[in-house]
Amino acid sequence: MKQFRSFVRKEFYHILRDKRTMFILLGMPIVQIVLFGFALTNEVKNAKIAILDQSNDVSTLALRTELAPSRYFDIERDLHSYKNIEEAFQSGKIRLAVVFPKNFDADLRHFNKAQVQLIADASDPNVATTLVNYATAIIMDYQDRITHDRRLPYTINTELRMLYNPQMKGAYSFVPGVMAMVLMLVCTMMTAITVVREKEMGTMEVMLVSPVKPMKIVVAKAVPYLLLSMINIASILLLSVFVLDVPIRGNLFLLIGESVLFTLTCLAFGLLISSSTASQQTAMFISLTGMFLPTVMLSGFMFPIENMPLPLRIISNIVPAKWFYYIVKEVMIKGLGFAAVWKETLVLTGMMLFLLTMSVKRFKIRLA
Amino acid sequence: MRTLKFLLQKEFRQIFRDPAIIRIIFIMPMMQLILLPWAADYEVKNIQLSVVDHDHSDYSRRLVSKITASGYFRLENYTGSFAEAMKAVEKDEADLVLEIPAGFEKNLVKEDEAGLFIAVNAINGVKANLGAGYLRSIMQDYNREVRMEWIQFPRFNPELQIDVTSSNWFNPLLNYKYFMVPGILVILVTMVGAFLASLNIVREKEIGTIEQINVTPVKKHHFILGKLIPFWILGLVVLSLGLLLARFFYGIIPVGSLLVIFGFAAVYLLAVLGLGLLISTYTGNQQQAMLLSFFLMMVFILLSGLYTSIDSMPGWAQAITKINPVTYFIEVMRMVVLKGSGFRDIMPHLLTVLGFGVVLNTWAVLHYKKRS
Repeated sequence: MKQFRSFVRKEFYHILRDKRTMFILLGMPIVQIVLFGFALTNEVKNAKIAILDQSNDVSTLALRTELAPSRYFDIERDLHSYKNIEEAFQSGKIRLAVVFPKNFDADLRHFNKAQVQLIADASDPNVATTLVNYATAIIMDYQDRITHDRRLPYTINTELRMLYNPQMKGAYSFVPGVMAMVLMLVCTMMTAITVVREKEMGTMEVMLVSPVKPMKIVVAKAVPYLLLSMINIASILLLSVFVLDVPIRGNLFLLIGESVLFTLTCLAFGLLISSSTASQQTAMFISLTGMFLPTVMLSGFMFPIENMPLPLRIISNIVPAKWFYYIVKEVMIKGLGFAAVWKETLVLTGMMLFLLTMSVKRFKIRLA
Repeated sequence: MRTLKFLLQKEFRQIFRDPAIIRIIFIMPMMQLILLPWAADYEVKNIQLSVVDHDHSDYSRRLVSKITASGYFRLENYTGSFAEAMKAVEKDEADLVLEIPAGFEKNLVKEDEAGLFIAVNAINGVKANLGAGYLRSIMQDYNREVRMEWIQFPRFNPELQIDVTSSNWFNPLLNYKYFMVPGILVILVTMVGAFLASLNIVREKEIGTIEQINVTPVKKHHFILGKLIPFWILGLVVLSLGLLLARFFYGIIPVGSLLVIFGFAAVYLLAVLGLGLLISTYTGNQQQAMLLSFFLMMVFILLSGLYTSIDSMPGWAQAITKINPVTYFIEVMRMVVLKGSGFRDIMPHLLTVLGFGVVLNTWAVLHYKKRS
């Protein structure tokens, strides 16, 4: 035990004496949470649209004033002919064009039927469908309003309630994802370079001739980083609540416990990378570049997992961030208890133990 | 000129004799290009629906089958209690709950009016919004059908109706891969440029070989050109490979001209390499260079409009996207590949990126010192 403690102390000195790296490790999560928490959202707001009004009458004007104040649209310019639409799209500014045909108002009054054409720039399919839906909803609302006085028989009224997130804030689904992403990257990277650095600097030899068991060396390396990560968890949670306005509806201690579990998993993963690589450069490249895109894309916060083809859905199961993202959503946003997330907790625990065992096993007691 | 030739020879040997670099340059980007676009499908479909039917009437069943027939919804469960449906929502097994109250059919026929209740899991606001939107338009359709059965309509529409038709240009099948592949390709080219260039120079510092160069009569600009040109060529090679892959694997053939893409890429790589160079002059060892360039890359990628739309970001984040070279290349790639924009359309982008290149490279050259 004494041996173990002195090893932990040695690792602490390592970290504390490298001020620049420590600063990066503690500062990076803060910057990232704030930056991405605010900036990343899959909502579509302030999309620039153009209007081609061939009729210029009371009704088109009314519809235009319906569209203008919406937070989804910014009317950027007016077009004068069909040909201009393509030009407007090609110069890249406009996302949607609203076309009113000739005699819009007259058709609406005399035939009770008029047409609006929406042309979307579908090079971004997500934005295109969303914008078309928003615009349709606004036009439909307008239609409902002008027909209001003539009540029709056999009407179905629907009442709609938004659960958990009545203001439909994008942060509610993105902040848990950003939390998972930041913790994953920082924790994995921290331990990924520890073992391999000793190899590269030659200090590994000193440790290998000591009577310390590999198990102890590896675990002792994780302990100080776990404490660092606790600070990171605290700062991330504080920022999410007080800066990003995402509530913690569930039990705070459960959330912290789960975060520590996830952190341990990532630290263990970093240790595995570290004991199986030969140079710091490779270790960092794997833990940063290799992990970044898969974590972002396969953890489910950016793109829904249920839409992916089967092989990717299977692969996504080995991404720890996916499980943690689910847990955070359940506990933090929905306010559920341990009973709702015990399965995911079990999966993370299993991953953590597996990775830790693997890294102890891969830890070579002979130098190459 | 002769000096430069020798330096280039040295750099290319160095790159091609390191198998790890070859793997990083060629295999990893290609793997990512093959795998990742499949994950990036944001289309809202397969919305999980849970129906609570208290009515069990002919009308309620018809409504449910109309909803499931639309293709957007998948009926997860059909229960008689709201509590059970809520449990499904908690377990993420249902996104939407439709509650049909008892007496739905009777009220609709006899009282001319009936209510329905929809609860949406709104944690993912966009999915919730779209799902509820689809459901409401199906409901309106259904309502219209019911009316038709009971009322003989006159020849003209009694209901005032605005017909909204929509068409999707440039990508009529709404294929998300057309959107993602050009973007991911940009990221890969950028990573090769910024990462490798900065690491390469820092490594010379770390292992001390830069001393040897510093004592030779090699001029500062020779040394820097010798470092930039190989990675500039490699970046263009990665881009060509990526475009080939996009063509044969995803069937994406640029609508615009390849000349525009490569012309822009040539200028863009200058800016990215300048960034790598700058990083290397400010850092002392590979670890710091890695951390710094990774941090910058992460910000650049996530704030480039690759995944999320720039229009929706808050003002200060939009300002960051303006000083982010990646934003410009992604926009240009999408414009040229999908819409066929030409040099005239991308001129503002090209000039901006050229400006970045000049500023970053000048800064880096001024900051690089030939003594330690």
